[in-house]
Amino acid sequence: MLRGVNFRDDKDFSGCSIFGMMNVRGEKFNGEPVITAIANMKERSNGLGGGYAVYGIYPQYSELYCFHMMYDDQKAREETEEFLKGVFEMEGAEVIPTRSCEGVDDPPLLWRYFLQPRESVACEEEDIDDFVVRAVMHINVGIEGAFVFSSGKNMGVFKGVGFPEDIGRFYRLEEYEGYIWVAHGRFPTNTQGWWGGAHPFNILDWSVVHNGEISSYGINRRYLEMFGYICTLHTDTEVIAYAVDLLVRRHGLSIEDMARVLAAPLWTEIDRMPARERELHTALRQTYGSLLLNGPFSVIISNRSQMIGLTDRIRLRPLVAGRNGDFMYISSEEAPMHLVDDTLRDTWIPQGGVPIVAEMEETVEVPEAEEAKVLPLRHGDTA
Amino acid sequence: MYKDLKSYLLPQYLIERDDYRCIRCEVCARQCAFEVHWYDEEEDAVFADESKCVGCLRCATLCPTNALVVRPNPTQPPPNANWTMEVLQNIYKQAETGGVLLTGMGCDKDYPIYWDRIVLDASQVTNPSIDPLREPMELRTYLGAKPDALKVSRKGGRPDLQTKLTPQLKLETPIMFSAISYGAISYNACESLARAAAEVGTYYNTGEGGLHRNLYKYGANTICQVASGRFGVHADYLEVAAALEIKIGQGAKPGIGGHLPGEKVSAEISRTRMIPKGTDALSPAPHHDIYSIEDLAQLIYALKEATHWEKPVSVKIAAVHNSAAIASGMVRAGADIIALDGIRGGTGAAPTMIRDNVGIPIELALAAVDDRLRQEGIRNRASIVVAGGIRSSADVIKAIALGADAVYIGTAALVALGCHVCQKCYTGKCNWGIATQDPYLSKRLNPDVGARRLVNLLTAWSHEIMEMLGGMGINAIESLRGNRLRLRGVGLTQEELDILGIKHAGS
Repeated sequence: MLRGVNFRDDKDFSGCSIFGMMNVRGEKFNGEPVITAIANMKERSNGLGGGYAVYGIYPQYSELYCFHMMYDDQKAREETEEFLKGVFEMEGAEVIPTRSCEGVDDPPLLWRYFLQPRESVACEEEDIDDFVVRAVMHINVGIEGAFVFSSGKNMGVFKGVGFPEDIGRFYRLEEYEGYIWVAHGRFPTNTQGWWGGAHPFNILDWSVVHNGEISSYGINRRYLEMFGYICTLHTDTEVIAYAVDLLVRRHGLSIEDMARVLAAPLWTEIDRMPARERELHTALRQTYGSLLLNGPFSVIISNRSQMIGLTDRIRLRPLVAGRNGDFMYISSEEAPMHLVDDTLRDTWIPQGGVPIVAEMEETVEVPEAEEAKVLPLRHGDTA
Repeated sequence: MYKDLKSYLLPQYLIERDDYRCIRCEVCARQCAFEVHWYDEEEDAVFADESKCVGCLRCATLCPTNALVVRPNPTQPPPNANWTMEVLQNIYKQAETGGVLLTGMGCDKDYPIYWDRIVLDASQVTNPSIDPLREPMELRTYLGAKPDALKVSRKGGRPDLQTKLTPQLKLETPIMFSAISYGAISYNACESLARAAAEVGTYYNTGEGGLHRNLYKYGANTICQVASGRFGVHADYLEVAAALEIKIGQGAKPGIGGHLPGEKVSAEISRTRMIPKGTDALSPAPHHDIYSIEDLAQLIYALKEATHWEKPVSVKIAAVHNSAAIASGMVRAGADIIALDGIRGGTGAAPTMIRDNVGIPIELALAAVDDRLRQEGIRNRASIVVAGGIRSSADVIKAIALGADAVYIGTAALVALGCHVCQKCYTGKCNWGIATQDPYLSKRLNPDVGARRLVNLLTAWSHEIMEMLGGMGINAIESLRGNRLRLRGVGLTQEELDILGIKHAGS
């Protein structure tokens, strides 16, 4: 459970289940169906990691950065809090509520903080988000035994060592309501369970759950290091979160172009494109070749208004999508979508390397707290 | 000076001729420009003057009955780890001539070859390997500066790329032919390289000898070099090239210039190099307009300006102790490509002591330069091409995993043309028709055949690279570039591992 244990593996090697569920009108629902769905893919995990990213859970603090933290010990907490107080106004600090749960043993200290960058510190920074990214990097790299699970606004990551359904119970996720839920069950082959290594991985608003192994991890990581992202979590999934942050937030690429960097079209396809597209895609591969994700993967990438499913370009891992009214689903398998939504008819298998994007409907403001609703499930909403 | 000075040199090679097999066809006698073999009609026998033999194996290779064995002379001086035969012979040579020891090709000393201490990874279970015969496998590589970020706007769904990339070289396989000048090698060898580069979709490099007019048609696959002697550099030469390369240094002879003896300056070479026939072509050690980094920047921009900003500019240096810092300066001075040439890099002629003692192994220089450029956040602003001792597709793929965008091969390409690395290029008597301007010798190299052999070599290496990539579960070369996690060291010290940025096998 300590950082990186004693293994010196290059990265994480894991097979996994992923599941995402989003209400495109921003209506909120609790964690029950998501826990049910991920539990249905139990064969894809082995009890060494499970987690959730949920959007819309802290409406009362929606303007503040929420840091979900894990600490190995009180010393790490004290050191981190001292650092945080130095650069942020701390509007709230509390232990993340949990219940004891069979199958979830020996948890680290789990805290959350609601933070506003101090003006005196932040005003020197060009971009507040960049400042927050640097703060996250500082904690992960510089403070022994402290890790940032998530650092977005009005969202949080809940993860740990155990089967995902047990992790869901442990964190009492049936008590939270959000409009995007993304879940992950993990099957690492050679990494002892470490809470920081579970999915989702997050930076700012971006969360990533991932099934697969990234063969290009070594260069993805080195490229991101040039832009100040330091990979500390000993897992290849981390690079996806940072790559998305770099490409979309910092470089301003569209979701589609970002996806085309991570899963680039083949040169033979690019050569056949019309001139403008050919120029664009050639430049994308020339410029961002080091961010091409090679190897088998399916991922769900999410932010406060989008949920994006993507597989590697030769589609070596499964991904299924579904839509029923306001609900969008992305999953490793089709069965769990039907399990939690028995009127679901519209499902499909996306092409390799082509992103599917579930987007908040344009008229919908990213929602506030008051009108949280329970998901209208027909059946199967029990764990 | 002392014509009667008795030479104490022993023959380097002994030639054994099986008289039963020998059919007196005299192929050996005709083929040897060093005049080792001769046929004595009276005795009906073929004899050899072994003192002249350079060990190029032309005779043994062409002998129709395999009657010849050429082997290193086993005669040795009294056992001594310090005073070896090679050391003694060198001293005898210098005592007899008073001259600088000359040699050709790359350093042959047994410095560690790190390629042979590095092993590659492969996928097992958690990650499927990819079969390149069934799945796409991409080797295409673009050389040139890349922007930090792309700006793309969209109008009605149509993309509009706002960031224009500077000129790029497009390689269908990440292997190019190193700079070898017309003068150092024959016209036929140059033509072989040019045609092979064009056929494969890669580039060859003119070296500093200018470009023969007949080869202008391969300009789209030609990198034209601008070296300290400025031989053959004129507007058309710059215009016809796909890219330009400023040669600062060469791995075989870092810090010194070049000397093409007047005997090699034929009419054609005189015209190509723009120097009088029969005069020595002397390349100064430094460029006399580059005494500092800002001078390099001026030349880079002068060349870019002269070619309307349509061509990438490469700067080639020998790998030396401070290559990392120098390379950083070169990138900041505007170089689009950094070409690094290691201690094993070849040459047509170099002083032996310099070839064998100056410079550093390319593996270490590459790792250091790639690291430094990343630490400074400018790795994307230039491509890295490495040269000097790339012998196989395995060396190529290891170089790419260490951080190179592409490699240059020189010696390997000449070997494909027949070279046996006898290291006597400077004599101009190359029996294989490569490093010679003697028409009788150079016509032995038919460019049709030469180009075919080179294309075959690149095709074979490319197939092997695809297999190794697929084995690692990677289907595009850029996902291996700089991906040092796919490498492990075997039998290296911690310091070597740290410099190479790789872990030891088993960890």
